[in-house]
Amino acid sequence: MISEAVGAILLVVLTLYAILAGADFGGGLWDLLAGGDKRGRAPRQLIDETITPVWEANHVWLIFALVVFWTAFPTAFAAVMTAAALPLWLAVLGIVLRGAGFAFRKEVHGLRSERLLGATFAVSSLLTPFFMGTVVGAVAAGRVALDAEHSTLAAWTSPTSLLIGGLFVAVCAYLAAVFLIGEAIRRDDPRHERYFRRRAAIAGAAAGALSLAALAELHHSNVALYHGLTGRALPLVLLATVCGLVVISLLALGRTRGLRALSVLGVVAVVWGWGVAQYPTLLPGTGLTLANGSAPHGTLVGVIVVFVAAVLLVGPGFLLLFWLHGRQLLESDAHPTVHR
Amino acid sequence: MTALLHASAVLATAREVVPARAQMATTLGFHIILACFGIAFPTIVLVTEYIGLKRSDEVAMTLARRWSQALGVLVAVGAVTGTVLSFEMGLLWPGLMRKYGAVIGLPFSVEGIFFFLEAIFTGIYLYGWRRLRGWAHFWSGIPVAVSGIFGAISVMAANSWMNQPGGFTLRAGRVVAVEPWAVFFNRASVYEMPHMVLAAYMVAGFGVASVYAVGFLRGRRDRYHRLGFGIPFVLAAALTPFQIFVGDTAARAVAADQPVKFAAMEYVAHTSRGVPEYVGGVYSGGHVYFGLAIPDFDSLLVGFSPHTKVLGWDSVAPVDRPPAPTLIHLAFDAMVGLAFLLLGAGLWALVVWRRRRALPEHRWFWCLAAACGPAALVAMECGWIVTEVGRQPWVVYRLLTTAQAATTNQGVIESLSGVIVLYAVLGVVTVVILRLLARRWREGDEGEASVPYGPPRHPAPVAGEGT
Repeated sequence: MISEAVGAILLVVLTLYAILAGADFGGGLWDLLAGGDKRGRAPRQLIDETITPVWEANHVWLIFALVVFWTAFPTAFAAVMTAAALPLWLAVLGIVLRGAGFAFRKEVHGLRSERLLGATFAVSSLLTPFFMGTVVGAVAAGRVALDAEHSTLAAWTSPTSLLIGGLFVAVCAYLAAVFLIGEAIRRDDPRHERYFRRRAAIAGAAAGALSLAALAELHHSNVALYHGLTGRALPLVLLATVCGLVVISLLALGRTRGLRALSVLGVVAVVWGWGVAQYPTLLPGTGLTLANGSAPHGTLVGVIVVFVAAVLLVGPGFLLLFWLHGRQLLESDAHPTVHR
Repeated sequence: MTALLHASAVLATAREVVPARAQMATTLGFHIILACFGIAFPTIVLVTEYIGLKRSDEVAMTLARRWSQALGVLVAVGAVTGTVLSFEMGLLWPGLMRKYGAVIGLPFSVEGIFFFLEAIFTGIYLYGWRRLRGWAHFWSGIPVAVSGIFGAISVMAANSWMNQPGGFTLRAGRVVAVEPWAVFFNRASVYEMPHMVLAAYMVAGFGVASVYAVGFLRGRRDRYHRLGFGIPFVLAAALTPFQIFVGDTAARAVAADQPVKFAAMEYVAHTSRGVPEYVGGVYSGGHVYFGLAIPDFDSLLVGFSPHTKVLGWDSVAPVDRPPAPTLIHLAFDAMVGLAFLLLGAGLWALVVWRRRRALPEHRWFWCLAAACGPAALVAMECGWIVTEVGRQPWVVYRLLTTAQAATTNQGVIESLSGVIVLYAVLGVVTVVILRLLARRWREGDEGEASVPYGPPRHPAPVAGEGT
């Protein structure tokens, strides 16, 4: 029972990372696709202002997810870290380049170095979610063996893995575009509202197509998970589908109300659909379950206590940060002018 | 057959353990510098902002604003290099995670809370300068400073647990019960925690101060530079005596709890009484060359009596001894020696201040002050070498060897090479960016609204760009 609770905590943390940091990654993608210096200037500025004060806080969900994973389910963690080492190293590389490129480019003046650092940020925003997706794909497809001594290419380059990698990228782009529509409206910027509406619809459609393809592929790679998704987790799968369709219709109709909430709900439904479908298996194909793969009782109690403390302490902090950011009280270019 | 399999498994692990250790050392040694600034720099900025607000001091406010901009760069780089370490715990040391992840993960998860608070309020503090005015802005920075300290304490809980593991029950080689409190507050945490927090304040304080000391040497002696030097220097210098006390206590505790590490630190080859203290020196083939031996002094330091028995490394089998006693000993001596140099710099300033209520004028003082930043940094890195190399061959003291913990994956040499190149570039660019900021501040250009790589807003003034 307690291992189920901790498994749910891990899924909550992963969901928050997917939504909050996913949107930041997506911002980097739209930065990458914004075109040349002149054409891309305005959307890049909007993306930059949106991401700057929040990306570090959003990024911490990843650290928290890693730590909860290794503390509560150490055996599975060690197996994933061994079997999928290569894509994880590439994701780490992407994280370093992205964070450093983003932080540095704000401080350099001069087109050439800004372009170089900006491109570093943008390209790594594409690579990081892709490689993370392939790792999740490797787990979902049952390609992570408990006793694996080496990382193999086959573990994370199966069609399931590649599709889920692509799905991660598309979802990031989708969330970011939806969030940026809101930012554009808040700034009375109809041009960028239209700009990101179009892009949100495209990314949403791509995410939907990739989800269906991944689901079909799971029929071959992990039939148990497939049955879970089309059985026990079907309500969540349907919810995700409905959310996606409604969001795309709203985008087409030029409506704004409920856009953000529905897109988030759709992504939450996908993540939890996976969790519910896979339950109680921890690592498909290994016989490792939440119950037999979890840490001793004292540790699990500790993780729950830490999580509750985190919600109580960090929750209000996040609300304050987002509230201030939403009211445009935090300025990414607030680089101290002495007298103002 | 099983013996053969076992032997080949040991060989396989042994092959990767050296590059894995090198990579961990590189990434940790790099991150810890940024971590020091992340822990202590916010306090320095806040003290300065406090002075600025309390006394309506425009110079102090300018310093605080500019420092927070530099802090933003350091915190961002620190956030990503810290993430690398989190991944490396699994990617390089899956054996440690598999066996003790349920134990060592607890302090790290506590650290997660403080990392969250730090990142959230850093976002508010750094980007709230313009719209959150006065004390509201000041208070938004307090959680950053506080969570920096508690985050460091949590990480040190994990590291001290590796030195003095406790708070769990093993049955048939598996962890079957865990007591979180006993994990967090183990025998070593009581001295490791304050030792690192103080070190962070010294590295950041002396580090920032030495930038302005260099400015002094170049003739920039206005109030801006005096304040920029004075605030961080006083903070760091005031903590130095406490650090020396904590360090001395820690060394005695190591002598009791990890005698073999201590033996390597002090060149104690054989268990004996009346052990001499070596200052410097190279250990080779049972002899200490070029070292200054002070008779009986090591025994005196350990037990306050020249007859105190000190355990030598001959008390354990050769395979259980740390490698490279010379490295450990010289790193220890360098740390202690540099600490006294820093103490001396602080005392010099104190004596002059008591006499004349002013900063020292002597050129040598400013040379010394400029050296204090690098000195504190080297001392801190040496301390990590002592504790980490000194714990070898164990990753969890007397329970799990580093070789057992290392990944069985190949390709660590490749990732090590990649990390070295990546971190070299990262280090250079960070320094270049900080220097760029400093130059811009000197030129009085406080940064027009920065636009992500768009063409310059005013096409005419191209001069000075792209350097």
